[in-house]
Amino acid sequence: MTTASGVRVPLPDAVDFLSIDAMLSDEERMVRDTVRAFVRARVDPDVADWFERGILPREIGRELGKLGVLGMHLHGYGCPGASAVAYGVACRELEAGDAGVRSFASVQGSLAMFAIHRWGSEEQKNAWLPAMARGEAIGCFGLTEPDFGSNPGGMRTFARRDGDDWVVRGTKMWITNGSIADVAVVWANTDDGIRGFVVPATTAGFTANDIHRKLSLRASVTSELVLDDCRLPADAMLPHARGLRGPLECLTEARLGIVWGSMGSARTCYETALEYAKTRVQFNKPIAAFQLTQEKLVNMLLELNKGTLLALHLSRKKDAGELHSSHVSFGKLNNVREALAIAREARTILGANGVTLEYPIIRHMNNLESILTYEGTSEIHTLILGQAITGIDAVS
Amino acid sequence: MNLREAGLGFLRVLGGPEANVKIVVTVKLVPEPSSEKKIDSGTKRLVRTGVETVINPYDEYAIEAALALKEKLGGDTTVTVFAMGPENTKETLRKALAMGADDAVFLSDAGLEGSDVWGTASALALGLKKVGFDLVICGGLSDDGSSGAVPGELTEYLGVPGITNARSLDVVDGKVHAQRETDNGYQVVSGPLPALVSVTMAIGEPRYASLKGIMGAKKKTIAPLAIADLASPLALGSAGAKTRLLDFAPPAPRQKAQVVDAPDGATGAKIIFDFLKEKRLV
Repeated sequence: MTTASGVRVPLPDAVDFLSIDAMLSDEERMVRDTVRAFVRARVDPDVADWFERGILPREIGRELGKLGVLGMHLHGYGCPGASAVAYGVACRELEAGDAGVRSFASVQGSLAMFAIHRWGSEEQKNAWLPAMARGEAIGCFGLTEPDFGSNPGGMRTFARRDGDDWVVRGTKMWITNGSIADVAVVWANTDDGIRGFVVPATTAGFTANDIHRKLSLRASVTSELVLDDCRLPADAMLPHARGLRGPLECLTEARLGIVWGSMGSARTCYETALEYAKTRVQFNKPIAAFQLTQEKLVNMLLELNKGTLLALHLSRKKDAGELHSSHVSFGKLNNVREALAIAREARTILGANGVTLEYPIIRHMNNLESILTYEGTSEIHTLILGQAITGIDAVS
Repeated sequence: MNLREAGLGFLRVLGGPEANVKIVVTVKLVPEPSSEKKIDSGTKRLVRTGVETVINPYDEYAIEAALALKEKLGGDTTVTVFAMGPENTKETLRKALAMGADDAVFLSDAGLEGSDVWGTASALALGLKKVGFDLVICGGLSDDGSSGAVPGELTEYLGVPGITNARSLDVVDGKVHAQRETDNGYQVVSGPLPALVSVTMAIGEPRYASLKGIMGAKKKTIAPLAIADLASPLALGSAGAKTRLLDFAPPAPRQKAQVVDAPDGATGAKIIFDFLKEKRLV
């Protein structure tokens, strides 16, 4: 293939087929290389073991802090102030290792830190953000409750005034980083509507109980938070968040990381399947030589590249201040769905090997099952888009 | 006249014991090591367009050595990275700045194209004189050219003590101390500053560029340098090259693997061991 000027156009890369990474800035590529090198050295060799044992080593948090990825897209307070694209690329590389590691960084940076950065007082920001950026303080985000997932507005957790203090009572469920957190951003109903509170884990009445027997996101801590009349000073409330918009804006922030992260999972599955298909011999030829296998690989390639292009497009829109929250629903719905399809297709190429932890595929596939429903289920994102195009709210 | 006779007036006088050592790391920008390398059959030069450029992996160890030394010495010690290459590879130097180097100097000039090893070392030496240094740290060799000759030539042209293959490095009382790797162990060597040291991969794994470092790197300077700035007494680039590449060929294809049937594991292990022993690999 030659261009009009006669220069030969090289054969596209088998993974980054559309040369999407070439559209990144030098700085964004450097972020990619740094996070990728970190994941190869610190996550890839051990993550299957973490997944099997159901742990995420505490030091990974500090190392991510040292690397600077925690709250990397926030400005000031010890945060690097990177672009939304750079943040997305970092999420992709982390999740190419494991979604548990990416979830850790997402919850820390985009939920807990973002909430304090966006809605907090100067004192709250100075007290928590620098230590959280360094990974020395871990944060979690308490919105979901046992009976209120897609419908957070119905939450039962309540903060009542007692003199100047607040007394918070309730239970939060499916909270990433819950039991390892030093601080929880907890959303509660008040006489004044939904408000956010910065709750140190040392507060009397605060306990976090880990949720066991998960078969997904095992290299990630998931907990239940119990707030048994936690007494907080007046200045524990996030002064600038009012109503559901407070937590929902944080979720929009984090979901953009999922739009990229899911493509990291998908990339690893595709790369693994491609390599396997080229070396696995059946009927005296590599299975990549079979038309059915080639079709699977090509379908994976199409969705991987389209999804990555979408992620880049949405992040560029965010950096330009042109991103609507329904755009993020578009990205999360499409990319997680396609990443899961890629993981499942990749699994079939590896046959029985695909279900063991010797290969990364079943791990990513199981992780994606959680990602399909956390931070807004596919159904809810579908209905957000449905409302956006019809003007009719199908939920309430 | 050789370059050494061109004058040693560039040497800096150290202000304090070692609180303000000016470290310069020479860096080569090379095609991404895993990329397919193509050689233009006409010019017999490596095709550099359409290939991602990275910092020579061996030079990352030199950068790490410099940054670790700076951290240890403190004070006003600085780390400057110095590279020579085509203009379009300049931004690759940002990675060194993101890792923590203070600034960079980039020598680029169409007149330097086609430099052989002598020409490269000569231009680098003149550039280093221009930049000034107390300590030059080099990687052992480049991933693309792999001559491994540049550190030695630089030592000669700069007229400073040279220590190659260092696995550790320190500066104490105006002297550089290093452990030199040898086949059988290591030597402990020292020499007065200014000096040049080339390092091996045993010096320590290159650090990651932190996100803050990456964000801060765009504010650091990459100062340009051209042939005119070097005031070279000799012709450089292809015009001055003393060696000429006549021909090139791909390596011979790998021979087919040798398969030996062994009745049991122990015999098989013995066969493999004897084979490795015969090849002097164990």
